[in-house]
Amino acid sequence: MKVLVAVKRVVDYNVKVRAKADGSDVDLNNVKMAINPFCEIAVEEAVRLKEAGTATEVVAVSIGDKACQEQIRTALALGADRGIQVETEGAVEPLVVAKLLKGVVEKEEPQLVILGKQSIDGDNNQTGQMLGALAGMPQGTFASEVVIDGDKVNVTREVDGGLQTVALNLPAIVTTDLRLNEPRYASLPNIMKAKKKPLDVFSPADLGVDVTTHLTQVSVEPPAERQAGIKVEDVDQLLDKLKNEAKVI
Amino acid sequence: MPAPLLDRRDLEFMLYELFDVEQCLSRERYSDHNRETIDAALDVSQAIAEKYFLPYRQKVDTHQPTFDGEKVQMIPEIQQALDAVIEAGLASPGADYELGGMQLPALATSAVFAYLNAAGSTTMGYIGLTNANANLIEAHGSEEQIRTWVEPQRTGRFAGTMAMSEPGAGSSLADLTTSAVPQADGTYRITGNKIWISGGDHELSENIVHLVLARVKGAPKGVKGISLFIVPKFLVNEDGSLGARNDVQLAGLFHKMGGRGQTSTALNFGEKDGAVGYLVGEENRGLMYMFHMMNEARIMVGTMAATTALCGYQYSLDYAKERPQGRLPSSKDPLSPPVNIIEHADVKRMLLAQKAYAEGAYALCLLGTQLADDERTAPTEAERATAHELLDFLTPIIKSWPSEYGPKANYYAIQVLGGSGYVNEHPVELMYRDNRLNPIHEGTTGIQSLDLLARKVPQNKLAGYRACLQAIGETISRAQQVAELSAFAGELQASVDTLNSTTEFLLGSMLEQDIDLVLANSVKYLDMFGHVVIAWMWLKQAIVAAEALANSPHDADAAFYRGKLQAMRYFFRYELPETEVWAQLLRRLDDTCLGMHNDWF
Repeated sequence: MKVLVAVKRVVDYNVKVRAKADGSDVDLNNVKMAINPFCEIAVEEAVRLKEAGTATEVVAVSIGDKACQEQIRTALALGADRGIQVETEGAVEPLVVAKLLKGVVEKEEPQLVILGKQSIDGDNNQTGQMLGALAGMPQGTFASEVVIDGDKVNVTREVDGGLQTVALNLPAIVTTDLRLNEPRYASLPNIMKAKKKPLDVFSPADLGVDVTTHLTQVSVEPPAERQAGIKVEDVDQLLDKLKNEAKVI
Repeated sequence: MPAPLLDRRDLEFMLYELFDVEQCLSRERYSDHNRETIDAALDVSQAIAEKYFLPYRQKVDTHQPTFDGEKVQMIPEIQQALDAVIEAGLASPGADYELGGMQLPALATSAVFAYLNAAGSTTMGYIGLTNANANLIEAHGSEEQIRTWVEPQRTGRFAGTMAMSEPGAGSSLADLTTSAVPQADGTYRITGNKIWISGGDHELSENIVHLVLARVKGAPKGVKGISLFIVPKFLVNEDGSLGARNDVQLAGLFHKMGGRGQTSTALNFGEKDGAVGYLVGEENRGLMYMFHMMNEARIMVGTMAATTALCGYQYSLDYAKERPQGRLPSSKDPLSPPVNIIEHADVKRMLLAQKAYAEGAYALCLLGTQLADDERTAPTEAERATAHELLDFLTPIIKSWPSEYGPKANYYAIQVLGGSGYVNEHPVELMYRDNRLNPIHEGTTGIQSLDLLARKVPQNKLAGYRACLQAIGETISRAQQVAELSAFAGELQASVDTLNSTTEFLLGSMLEQDIDLVLANSVKYLDMFGHVVIAWMWLKQAIVAAEALANSPHDADAAFYRGKLQAMRYFFRYELPETEVWAQLLRRLDDTCLGMHNDWF
């Protein structure tokens, strides 16, 4: 069974992000980048399937400029067998990502596609679902457990009311939630070996996908800074302020 | 969020901006590496440090190893942490591929170890010693010895020690009595007692390889009659499997003030019929070989001290930013909210002192690491020789300055936390205790000062000394070109001039005066030279920072570079002037200490 894993290059979760001075975007200048944490969980799950003998090959795919090869190599160091980069410029919206991934799915014909449920930069939570619709594959999103059972995969989903388990026919799509697994770190020898694993580069044209964007980012601004508190004289004043200033009661 | 173990931005500054590790990647040995692999290696070491070392730091401290008469018992977390390091390929990342390493450049290896040491220096002590042991055998052992003992140490199957001190011979190796008797089969039988042997016994590895100093029967007296032997805990069969237990017995464990994860042992060699030992190199040249390991261990000790200082600095800085207490002297309103203690000028002083000591010391240790690498892998013979000369000269300073000022930085870390720093709910008291060993082992500060003044300065017609002053002079010249640094460059030049004239005076005095008197204040000479060298490290950092600031970096980076400039200024204002006082003592050949009568105490 072949597993395709999508990985995204994002700002490292430890970085305190800043908006650019002109408010046009997040300032990525000189900022530490890393593999999206949910994608890391996706890689881990795929590698575990391979270690268990369920999967035979794990292919890591990323979409972006050349820099995203670094995150593909991270996935390779964690245990993926080969990488695919779809080379794009600038920001790509979830729908375009889903279309490009559909192109890769058609090329690779994986039995299972594992994605993070969302990326920590865009927080859209759309790509996996859109890919499901475009590729006509069943989806199990927010997975906290994935069990392959013959030609089916049982996915336990974290939903508002608790846990829901769905059985999907393969080939299928799974998006990962935080509790699915705890990703390993790559060992130094594996980091070195990853550099020698195959990594193919495709253009969107190779996959026949139009990358025209339909979204325009208007502005990016930091949340308002919290104002200092004041000391009220008595309970009446407190009530008055809650009613008339804060308007919460 | 807990305090960071280390400031990653600062590590990257040191690696990529100050010492430019990428420059050495053009060497054949390092051609597989680039910034991406080095960053990834740092990520792995940080992850292991935070997962396997940090959560058990206090448990390691409060559960010392014990000896039940047969085996050493210790908490299982130590083994787990070591296994994690070994499995991640970080036990000896700098070693050759063929011997189980990853040929990571030495600077990067040092930074990788920095995370692990910051979270678990005493556990990492096993790995540090093992590497130093393997390096010695690789440099001076026979092919068969390298095959038998090096590879298993690189891959973490075996551990290594250095066994020098004896009950009657600690710092004075000339007096050691452990004996070696040659056998018909070419091996030796070793008999004697060794003490303070770090990692001398434990169950963490399949085997332990002791490097033992001993005298062959009939050898000359003093240090000229010392030979070096490989004495394993278990003999090893031709196929590499373990054989019989060798006659090396654990007599007992010492209980230490700090560094408690690593056993400190008393070992008896040859309680029965003599422990089997294999001679390294030639007879009577043991001390020279041992100094290979010792010099490396001295850089390691300095680095450990500096790293523990960096870690305490980060912890107390984080605390000072969060802890509200008191008001500024200018505040008249007792009901105004208290400020965080970082607002108090004296707390800022103690944080700046830590930054100046810790980052200055760490920069010096990385310089030593870079020189040790250049000495082996620089492209030309001339470059290798220059690196060797400078490193050999600087070693006593690299060993002792961080060891003296690292604990001092931890002292201030405790002081910043106040009462909270004195109790074990915070780790700064532990860091202080761990760090307190460093001025003692691998040659005390006093011994380093004698090595510097009596040996390293005059040797080779002052070649090392001159190379060092020339290197400092080059930095001063560069700093003079930077407007905001030219005044500091002038101050360092003045200190160098004082140092130089004091050195000339002392060297002249050695020829004319009682040598005991001339060397009586050698520690003050070491202090003085150390301060000049650390001021040099700060000026080097300041040049990089000033140049980076000129390229309008983003806010966080600008603040980082301004911090470097301010710490440099602190060192020049608060520390460097002390060299004048020490110079006066030295030039007076002050005999206050030497002339003190024992019965006046």
